[in-house]
Order: sequence, then structure tokens, then C-alpha cells
Amino acid sequence: MSRSLQIVSPGALSLIQDGGAIRSRALGVPVAGCLDRTALILTNALLGNPETVAVIEVRLTCPTLRASGGPVRIALSGTLCGHILAADDPENRREVRPWTAFTLSDGETLKLAAPERGGVGVIAVDGGVAVPEVLGSRSTQIKAGFGGFNGRPLQAGDALPLLPLTEELPRQSLSLPEGFDLGDGPIRVVAGPQEEYFTAEAYQTLTSTPFTVSREADRMGFRLEGTPLKHDPAKGSDIISDGIAPGAMQVPGSGLPIILMADAQTTGGYPKIATVISADLPRLANRVPGDSITFTLVTVEEAERAARALRTRLDAAIATIAPERRPGEIDLDALYSTNLVDGMVDMRLADHFPGHLYDE
Amino acid sequence: MPVEIEAIRPLADTAFTLDLAPAVGEDAARRVHTATSVLNAAIAEGQLPGVTEVAAAFRSVTVHHDPLLSDRATVLKTVLALLERTEPVASLTGTLWSLPVCHDGDFAPDLEDVATRTGLRPDQVIERHLAPVYSVYCIGFLPGFPFMGDIDASLRLPRRTSPRTRVPAGSVSIALGMTAIYPWESPGGWHLLGRCPVPLFDSTRAAPALLSAGDRVRFRAVGREDYDRFAAAAAAGTLDLTQFRQAGDTP
Repeated sequence: MSRSLQIVSPGALSLIQDGGAIRSRALGVPVAGCLDRTALILTNALLGNPETVAVIEVRLTCPTLRASGGPVRIALSGTLCGHILAADDPENRREVRPWTAFTLSDGETLKLAAPERGGVGVIAVDGGVAVPEVLGSRSTQIKAGFGGFNGRPLQAGDALPLLPLTEELPRQSLSLPEGFDLGDGPIRVVAGPQEEYFTAEAYQTLTSTPFTVSREADRMGFRLEGTPLKHDPAKGSDIISDGIAPGAMQVPGSGLPIILMADAQTTGGYPKIATVISADLPRLANRVPGDSITFTLVTVEEAERAARALRTRLDAAIATIAPERRPGEIDLDALYSTNLVDGMVDMRLADHFPGHLYDE
Repeated sequence: MPVEIEAIRPLADTAFTLDLAPAVGEDAARRVHTATSVLNAAIAEGQLPGVTEVAAAFRSVTVHHDPLLSDRATVLKTVLALLERTEPVASLTGTLWSLPVCHDGDFAPDLEDVATRTGLRPDQVIERHLAPVYSVYCIGFLPGFPFMGDIDASLRLPRRTSPRTRVPAGSVSIALGMTAIYPWESPGGWHLLGRCPVPLFDSTRAAPALLSAGDRVRFRAVGREDYDRFAAAAAAGTLDLTQFRQAGDTP
């Protein structure tokens, strides 16, 4: 039996996503891809995967998963935690924590709590979820119904295909000891692409008053509530449709902005007052209905510096990945490396005394 | 005269849009087609490192790039230099298609209404819709959805005041001076004049979208029998798409 990850229960909206279909806009295909790119990169790094291979992206509630046909190594993003149930002994629980990678043995079940605050959660698997690639991506195109797992959100009974194991999975859990902080403060935007469609007052409003994420907030876009942003009356609120990038903030006649997210259509006919910089998209994606957002204007050059700074922080975080230490647990590596415990035996490791625990 | 840039519009650090013409139309389509071809060729030749894609709209192109692999100033400079030494093509050079459309009653729920509102007879509406060779201005709204123009001036209508929640896949439609085919069942506000049996988008094909910006399309009327034959072949995966391409024709 080939190795797979069984979906015992699907969660509210669990989708296969990767780095997105970055070369398909000319076909009218949304870029899609994981809403929180930092979580995509870090969970894959915890598994030693290429950094944007396909993961399970979850929102609101989490799926329950079972390893089948072999062990599965899994990594959780910072908003997820839960426990593992042994196959034959449901009383035997092992807690799993945010920003860790661990191995689920064949038949074991992983139960996860809802993502913290309802934000984006990412569940990565060793090698990446091995669904077929469509248009250079394994992301789910929800509206068009292709990509991902059969072009749709996960359902109970689905078996996610995994790559064959080429070597034994490690048993040791790894973690990002410091986690990863997306930061706070205003969301940074660059003015435009249709700056001339808005009054100076509109920009003043955008950067001085808070907006609230409305209940209409999904992978296509986040509708915001707040003080309406005024169009220049001479220009109106219609443009000849032009290109969209994730983060573009379009303003229809109502004056209430919609920030377009990963699943947005590729062109749009409303003027766009500003665009969220790439470095702040993961932070925005984790906002939920009712959250307050403020905005600040930056230049393209500042946005580029922010993108590079975020990448530097990601690389620094990846460099800290180390065996997981649980609170109150003795740090054996530290003890050994400082040589305070000559002669101590780590009985958990079968190869500590070759020939001692096993006859070779 | 090179391809002129009317405006440079930033989309933060990952993309920018270049306006190439003041309005929607054949002239804009030629400039957009030229710019897209030149820039895609430059990407293929490695002249635009970090640029992932150039996407065409009605009168603009949007250049998407990775801010970690390229910076805006450098990308913009190269793009503008490439366009500066490029003449817009005299006519669209994309594929010319001849697509069947069936106007049977249930396929054309808005034909009577369009006739009433334009003061024409239904057969005149069909005739005027079939007459031009349309240009594919851009693909957008839905995967594979072609915005094509221009339609005969007598057929210009705004969108329906109450959009349908379900427009069937294959619906041939008009609105806003343009014509389009819905690749998927979807909500939609355009006026439906007929049905095309050729699948416009199939993610399992090597080229999933049938039409590309810069292609040209002529519609030809077919009866229900031909429609059903094409539709059955399409459903069975045996429809030969090359039969709808017109080789050697000129616009």
C-alpha cells in the first residue's frame, strides 16, 4: 500500500496550496498559492523540503489526519497545536506544539486545535503533498475547480498522495525555538496604481483612520469597513480593467476598499488606491473579521528593502532549527557538549552503545 | 513610432502596469500584443531576470517580478528600453479561429431582448454578430475568458441590470461593445446570443486556454445537430481543435 495522509475530518476550509501559479495570469488563472508565504517557507524548512512545495493550508478549524501505509513527517506553523493518538491505544497521547516537525507513525492520528485567533495555519508533509502539478503549480484553483486535490477543499475520506520514502524518517522532533514573529504596526502600502483617481483627502483617510476587516474576507479578497475613500469626482470609480497583483486595494463606488488576495481574478475594473507590499501580505492574511488595520504609505524602494529584510529574518529563523526541547526537559545535547556528564547514557537512543541494546 | 508608454503604475514591489493606449480597441490591442510578445521573448532569452510574467489587459500590460531577484528600477529600465525600439505590429499576428455557435432558442435566451432593445430583428442581430473578425483583447475575469471586440455599433448595450447567477459554460455573449464566450458556468451579466461547443479552457491540455490575447476569432452559425456532434466529441475528449484554426487566412 502506498503511503498517504488520510483526511479523517476535513476542517472548515483545508486546501492544498504551494507557491502559486506564477506564470498563468495571461490565461486568466489566479496566482493562488499559500496566503502566508512565511509559514509555507518555514514549515517546509522544518522538514528539509524545497521551500514552496505543496502544503495543507487551513483556516478557522483544522483537519484530523491519519498516516497510512507508512510513517509521515509533519510540520506545523505557529498558529497550530494539538496531539497525536496512537493507533492501538487512544489513551496514549503525545502533545505537538507550534513550529515543530515530528513523525506520525503508520496508523497514528493527528488531532489539531483550531488555528490560534482563526488565522492561517499551515501543515506541511515530508516531500510536499504529491498531487499532480497543473500549470506549474499544485495550488487549488477553487473557482475553476482544478489543481490541488481534485480542484476542491479537502473532504473526509480523501487520501493525500505522498512521495515514496527514500530513507527512514527521523524520530526526533525539530522546532524553531524562537518561533517567527510577523510583527505588528501599520500595514505598509505603496500608492497607486490609480493614484490620480483619489483625492488627497482619500489618502489622508487611508493613512490616518483604522479600517476593520469585514465578515467578507476570504482567499479572493478582504472587504474592509471604515471611513469611505473618496474618488476624484471628475474621474469616477470605473477604469478600463487592468492587471492585479495580490495586495492591490481596489475601491468601488461605495468608497470601502477591498484588498485583493491570492485567489483574486487577474484583472479588475475598479481604481486601486494602493497596494500592500509583499513583506506585509502574510501579516495581512492572518487578520480575521473584526480586526482593526491601519495603513502607512511607503515607496517602492522601501517595499523592496522590506522584502529583503523579511527574507533575511526567514533565513535567520531557519538557521535556528534544532531538536525540540520541551519545557522542563533536560537538554542532553547541552550537557554532552559542555562535557559535564561523562559516562551518562542516553537510553532513548538505540545506537548510543552499539551492541549494548541490540545484538549486532 | 515605438510603443509609447502613457503611464507607469506601480503595484507595490511585485508588479507594475504600463498603459499603452488611451482606450479599448484594435489600436490598443495591437500595442498590447506587440509589448507582450517582445517582453515574453526577452524573458525567454534571459534578458529580464526575476520577471515571472507579463499579462495583457485591454490597453495595458502588467509586468510581475520577484523583488528578491530583481529591483524595480532595473526591470523598468530594461522594459522601457525594449519597448522603445519596438514598432507596434500592423495587425494582430495571433491565431485566426473559426468557432461554431448555435443560436437555438434555449442557447440564446437574450436574443429577443437584444433585438427589442436595438430595434433589430433577431436574425439581424445574429447576422451583425457573425459579420466581424474579432480581436481577442485580453483573457481575464475567469480562466480562459476572452474579451473580444469590437462588435457592430448597433449591438452596443450595457450589461444586464440583473446579472444571472448561472450562465452556462460555452455561452456566447455581448456587452460593453465586446463579445465573449464563458469558459465555465458562472454568474454573469452579459447578454446571451448562442452557445459554442468548443471547450475554451481545459487544465489537462498542454495549452489550457484555447484563445490568447492577440488571436482573432470569427463565429460561424451551426445547427443543433453539428453543435451536438462537437459537444459529444468534446465530452469524450476526442474533439480535434485544429479544425477550428484557419491557416493562411489574413485579417
